[in-house]
Formats: sequence, structure tokens, C-alpha cells
Amino acid sequence: MTDTALNPSAFQAHGDHGHHHDAAHDHPGFFARWFMSTNHKDIGTLYLIFAIFAGIVGGAISGLMRAELAAPGIQYLPTWAAMLSGGDVTFDQALNLWNVLITAHGLIMVFFMVMPAIIGGFGNWFVPIMIGAPDMAFPRMNNISFWLLPPSFMLLLASPFFGGGAGTGWTVYAPLSTYGSPGPAVDMAILSLHLSGASSILGAINFITTIFNMRAPGMTLHKMPLFVWSVLVTAFLLLLALPVLAAAITMLLTDRNFGTTFYDPAGGGDPVLYQHLFWFFGHPEVYIMILPGFGIVSQIVATFSRKPVFGYLGMAYAMVAIGVVGFVVWAHHMFTTGLSVNTKMYFTAATMVIAVPTGIKIFSWIATMWGGSMSFKTPMVWAIGFIFMFTVGGVTGVVLANGGVDDYMHDTYYVVAHFHYVLSLGAVFALFAGFYYWFPKMSGKMYSELLGQLHFWVFFVGVNVLFFPMHFLGLQGMPRRYPDYPDAFAFWNHIASVGYGIMAIGVMIFLVNIVYSLVAGRKAEGNPWGEGATTLEWTLTSPPPFHQFETLPVIEDGKHH
Amino acid sequence: MRKQGLTIFALAGALAIAGAATAQTPPPTAAAGAPAATQTTAPAPGAPGEGAPAAAAPAAAAKPADPTLDATGEPLLKVRPGIGQPTDRAIGIQHQATELGESAEWFHNVILLPVITIISLFVLGLLGWVVLRYRRGANPTPSKTSHNTVIEVIWTAAPVIILALIAIPSIRLLAAQYEPAPDNAVTLKAIGNQWYWTYEFPDHGGFSVTANLLKEKSEVPAGQRYRTDADGPRLLAVDNRIVLPVGVPIRLITTANDVIHSWAMPAFWVKLDAVPGRLNEKSFTIKEPGLYFGQCSELCGARHAYMPIAVEAVAPDVFARWVASKGGTMPGAAPAAAPAATPAAAAPAPAPAAADAATSNQTEAGAATGNAATES
Repeated sequence: MTDTALNPSAFQAHGDHGHHHDAAHDHPGFFARWFMSTNHKDIGTLYLIFAIFAGIVGGAISGLMRAELAAPGIQYLPTWAAMLSGGDVTFDQALNLWNVLITAHGLIMVFFMVMPAIIGGFGNWFVPIMIGAPDMAFPRMNNISFWLLPPSFMLLLASPFFGGGAGTGWTVYAPLSTYGSPGPAVDMAILSLHLSGASSILGAINFITTIFNMRAPGMTLHKMPLFVWSVLVTAFLLLLALPVLAAAITMLLTDRNFGTTFYDPAGGGDPVLYQHLFWFFGHPEVYIMILPGFGIVSQIVATFSRKPVFGYLGMAYAMVAIGVVGFVVWAHHMFTTGLSVNTKMYFTAATMVIAVPTGIKIFSWIATMWGGSMSFKTPMVWAIGFIFMFTVGGVTGVVLANGGVDDYMHDTYYVVAHFHYVLSLGAVFALFAGFYYWFPKMSGKMYSELLGQLHFWVFFVGVNVLFFPMHFLGLQGMPRRYPDYPDAFAFWNHIASVGYGIMAIGVMIFLVNIVYSLVAGRKAEGNPWGEGATTLEWTLTSPPPFHQFETLPVIEDGKHH
Repeated sequence: MRKQGLTIFALAGALAIAGAATAQTPPPTAAAGAPAATQTTAPAPGAPGEGAPAAAAPAAAAKPADPTLDATGEPLLKVRPGIGQPTDRAIGIQHQATELGESAEWFHNVILLPVITIISLFVLGLLGWVVLRYRRGANPTPSKTSHNTVIEVIWTAAPVIILALIAIPSIRLLAAQYEPAPDNAVTLKAIGNQWYWTYEFPDHGGFSVTANLLKEKSEVPAGQRYRTDADGPRLLAVDNRIVLPVGVPIRLITTANDVIHSWAMPAFWVKLDAVPGRLNEKSFTIKEPGLYFGQCSELCGARHAYMPIAVEAVAPDVFARWVASKGGTMPGAAPAAAPAATPAAAAPAPAPAAADAATSNQTEAGAATGNAATES
């Protein structure tokens, strides 16, 4: 929170002290430090490395998809399927590979890229520091939270080699995922979701406990930086939503393996029940992915405008409102399943309500910049890009919220365009913004400003060329999850595939920037961003000492409160 | 279950192949399948000259002619670019052929699209303004303003008002979409299968039609029916189109035999999931005769992209004759509604059929006759 008046001198010294202390007690060896870690910063780093790796895998999969979709007809799927199975494949097996790819892309990007990076990575790194805490409340639980993810990811990555892979879509709808998909692959994907869900629930408990109990003296809830607020709200969403997913997919498992019929009409069950349960989790899930991004952007906009966040309380409670309302809108994902008219009217109206707190956030960011003294360092450019792209994705969400209109748009590329604008151009922009913002703090090295700016512009052009034409495809009626399409969809699909290529170059620049900066970046000061950076992490050295705040900082009453 | 589905698929495929005496297929099949091709060479003004000259099957002899096919077994209704199918490079909503579709399209094009465009441009403009005006060079000393209750109330209230204004037509549209079909509606039951649609007309004698994707010439063994441009675009054309009357309310009922599918027809603004164990219902009225194509819109397995939907909207009298040609009956006075439905009528059919076709707005329709053997 930017208008918290700190007294940096009060704990500037602790950095040095901590460092000294550090050397005395905590110099774990490589294995102990990275595999048995209880340090929130090291665990945050592990999460970020994991997320970058998963992002490369998920992004490569979308590259395969865009290659296949670049022209009408089936181009590569049979070849790839033959490579995967090591022998001849039928046409249906080749087509099933497509469904495996879309499923893997969705699950990887959601559960193994965005969530680990934005909550596990940045949350772990900066929530304790921003509230003036030495570490997370449950350091060992923090460790297991992370280490549940690699086996979870391995289960998912291995599933294509067992029975052809999970071709159910990331939503794993029954009955396609029950009697529609025999073989162990879907069971592996479900167990993967279970593990990653357990990881997130443990992480959420850890964040809630940390934020409620370990704030430094004077750091009241209403003085917490907005990023901490965003992680707090997100943690509650995780805690309330993920058990529902766990229940839903456990019933999938028993339907698949133990003869239950929760989702099978032949035994009195109902496939639509699964959808209700899934989306009761699934809709909060999209806010889980975007809320921490809101927090990151708030910090960055304030820092580079050299101005406190405008309407701090409104910003904090807008996130709370989004979190609360996010739990009562789930069936707008199910407008075509045969809901009654009253249900549809309710979910239409409730969904539109979410646009109000979202609008408050957008306008508050602009008002924060208004009157500011803005500098356009790489993190700020990403944050401004985020604000506009998220607006575009948000307004198409308002279109889709109308149940009567969704009868046309549902399961078309319009939906694909919408959620990629809020996620691939929203959450991912926020991730890049946060990465560049905190990279000097985390690594102690400055990133290359030139490469950072270049990364932004190439990526920005790329994703827009990639995803904007999908609106047109959707309005013309192209359904999602199609490996082949009528020739009339060829033009915009080709443009989208070109956009993917541009975006991929942007990602290359990002990776080059990381390597270059780690190797040859110039040393970062404790606060490289100047007077606008007022949160506690900028009072520490870059990188921070192994243990920070051994004497807790005291937050004085702010001038503005 | 899946295995069973595959078996059904194979059977249906075999049936479809066997029934492909609507054949544009080369002579071999025609000769084999129709040794005594009852070449009802009706006057065929404007009938397409292409296609193999043989079209007949012994099984069809007892039934009246399919009024949607011409003497050569070619579909009478021609594919019209821009109607009932996507258009390359287009950026908007498909042409709407139902009243509900038109009002929904109006809602999108006239209200939603301008509103979201204006909001996006407004935000872009504000961003552009602050970037120019409040960059460090232009404004070295930042203000310290961090609250302004008036403006915060305004930017909370303004979206509320805009959303409320959007909600009114939106709710009205929903209400209209849920108007139940009247008693005289034609009931069409669409059943999703991996990976084809079967249709039933429960109020018309309960006959059923199976619609499979028509493959490309290069994808089928010699002698089998393949897609021609008259059938429709690639991946949209089916072997047996479903025929529906224009101007008559349609009651669509969907369900599925295996996994969830979704019956989607963009030109009608209709998308309704076909869920096993459930019957979903929706009604619509088609305004214009024509060919309309849609695709399955819920992930249903490997061939999700290969189970298209094709509807041929025709005048009610043509629909009645089509029903008769399928062995169905019109509710009420069936014979009266279908003059061509006399059992003896393989040969007498052509003349009245041609006349009807000419008077029923099917400007592109040629003579209606030929034999249909598209049994399912």
C-alpha cells in the first residue's frame, strides 16, 4: 500500500544484521536449500522456475495447435500421433490427439503456469515481505505445497502415454470423461488435478494464516498493500472453491472405476450435475487467476506514477466484491445446457454485476496515473497494456453474460477470444509486469530495459494478431475445440497462426532477457524505482537477506489516513 | 458404451452408403444398386446437368418421391453463399433466418457492440491522455490526490446504469427465446451420437433420419458417395439433410445416446445441448427457405468436428411431401396435406411437384422428382 508512511531507517539496518545472521545460521547446502526449503523466497523462486517451465510446455502445445489450424484440413495430427504412440495410428486416434492437446494446454496454463507463478511465485515472495513478516506462517507446509506440483505435473504429462491421453477438455465434462474415455489417462489427469488442488488448498491456508497473524506492528488490514489484499481474497476463493472441484472429480473417479452413477443417467445420475459442481469451482478459478494480477498492477501503477493508489479502500473492497459475486454466477458457463428461463435470467443479471467492481478498478488505475509523474519502465508498459487488454476482454465478457446472446456465442471462438483476452493478455501481462517489476529485487540484477520493451511490443502485437481475429471467427460461428474447420474460416485462422509466431518471438526475447540479465545484468539497488516504490520490499537489499525482518518493522500512521 | 457407439456408427455408415442411391456416384454403384432405374425424366428447367444420370432404388418404389431432390438425385435447394453458412473473411454475425435470431442480432449489433466499442475506446482514450499529459517530462511533480468521493460514486453508478439499460432488452430477449411452441408446432427431435445426428419426427409418424458427414472424394473408396458442392461446404455437408417447413413454429427437442453433444445452428440463433438422460427443448420459426448449416458445439470425442448439422427449410407443402416420402404422416388429414403422397406415385409425382416447387419461393428449384432411397 503506497500511502503507508514507512520509516525506512527503522529497519534499514536489519538487512545488514540479517545478512550477518544469515551467514551464521542459515547457509544450507544446495540440496537442503532447494529440495527441503522452508524459506518463502526460495520456495517462491522454485514456483517461478516451475511456472516458466510449464509455460514453455503449454505454449509449445498451443504452437502445435496453431500449426494444425493454420490451414483447413488435417495437417500434422496423424504424424504427431504416430510419433507419440510409436506406431501406426487410426484417423480417430489422430483426432483424439487434438483433444489431448487442448486439454493439456488448458490444464497446464491454468494449474501449472498462471496459478504457480502468480500465487505461489509472487505471493510467496512478496506477501510476507510486504506485511513485514519474516516468513510464511507454515514454512514446511509451504514446502509441501510446492512439491506436490511436480508429481502432479508429471502425472498429467505422462497421461498421453497411457491409453491415448485425456481428450476431455480442461473441464473434464462427464460423461465424455467417464464411460466416454476408457483407459488410465483420464484417471491420471484427475489425480493430477487432485494433487494440484491439494497444493493450492495448503497454500491458501498458509496465506490466510500469514496475512491474518503475521502483519508487522501497525500494518492494519487497511494499510496492507493491494497485492496482499488480492492474495488474501484469492486464498479465500481457493479455500472455498477447490474442495468442490475435489468432490466433483472424486465422483468422476468413482463413476469411472467403482460403478457409481453420480453423472450417469442410466443409474439416476445427471451429467449436468458435474457441470454445476465444476463451474462452482471454475468461475472463482478465473478470478483466482486474475485477482493477484490486479494487485500487481496496482503496485506497479502507483510506483511508476509516483502517486498513491487512487481510492485504496474502493480498490480493496472491489476485489472482495468480485470474489463474493464470483461465487454466484457459475451457471453462465452453462447457458446452453437447458437451464430454465428464470435461472438464465438470474445468472445473466448476476454476471453483469461483476462488471461494476471491475470498472471501479479500471477507472481507479487510470485515476492513479492521472496527475502522476509517470515513467514508462518495462513493468509500467506491461501494466498499461494489461489495463487496456483486460478492458477489451472484460467488455466481451459483458456480451457473453447475456444468456440470450450466449446461445449464439457459446462454445465458439468468441469465447476463446474472450478468455484469452482476460487471461493470456490479462493475467499473463500482469505476470510479465510483476516479473519485470520484482526481477531486480528477486535476483539482485537489473533486467535489460531494451529487451524488456522489445519483449512487450512484440508480444503485444503478437497476442492481438493471434486472438483478435478469434472474435470474428466466433461471430461467424466457428466452434471451439475443432482440429479442422470449413474453408470459410481459413483466413482468420491463418492470421491467428501468424500472430502466434510473432508472440513466440516475444517469448524468446523474454527468455533471452532472463539469461542475459542473470549473467550480465548490472547490480540492482535496494530500490531501483525511486520514490514511488513505497512498499516494504524496496526497503530491503536486492536480493533481500536470507531472513528479513528479524526485528519487525513498525508501520507508522500514514499521513493520508 | 463407446464401443457400442462405434458399432452404431459403423452400421449407420453402412446404411448411409447403402442408401446412397441419391448417388452422384459413378456408374458402377448406380448400375449395381439400380438395375431398373426408373428414369422419371421429368421436365427439368434449370436442373443441374452434373451428376451421374442414375438415381433410383427398388426400395423407394413404394414411396412417393422426395420433393427435395431432382430427377438426378441432386438436392434441389442450392447452397447460397452468405446464407446459412460462414463466409470467409467476414467479421460479423451470420445472416439470421429466424425472428428470434434477428432480434438477438439487433441486440448484439445495435446495443452491445457499440456500447463495448465505446467503452473500450473511452478507456483507451483516457490511457492515451494520461500517458501524454502526465508523463514525467510533462508533469515532474505528482499530485498527492488519492480520494475523490464524487468521482468514485460516478464511476460506480455509471456502469450500473449502463448495465441496467443492457439488462432490459437482454431479459426481454431471454423471455422471447423461452416462449413455448404452440400446439401446431412441428416437433423435431435431434439425438446426438458419436459422431452423427439422428432425427425423429414424433408427431409425423415417428420416422427417423440419420445424418452423417459427407466425406471428400479423396477420402472415400471408389463408388461411395462423396460430397459435391451441391451438398454444401466441406465439413458442413451431410448425406441426409433434415427438412423443416418455413413459417411454422418448430419445437426442437435434443437428447443424446452417449456423451453430451450440442445442436447448434448459427443462422437460427439456436444452440441447445444434447444431454444423455435429458430432453431439452427450444422453439423457433424459420423465415426464409434455404440451406442452413451448423456444427456440433460440445466436445464429444475424437470426431467432434465431424458431425455437422444441415437443415433444408422449405415451403410447408414441400415439407409435407418430404414427410410422406420418408414414410411419415402429417398430423390430422395427412393425404390432403400431401397430394403427392399416394402410394402408387413414383411416376405421377413429377408434375405437381414441379408446379409446387415453382410456386413456393424456391426460385432456384427445378423439377422435383426422382427417387429417394435415403433410408435410415
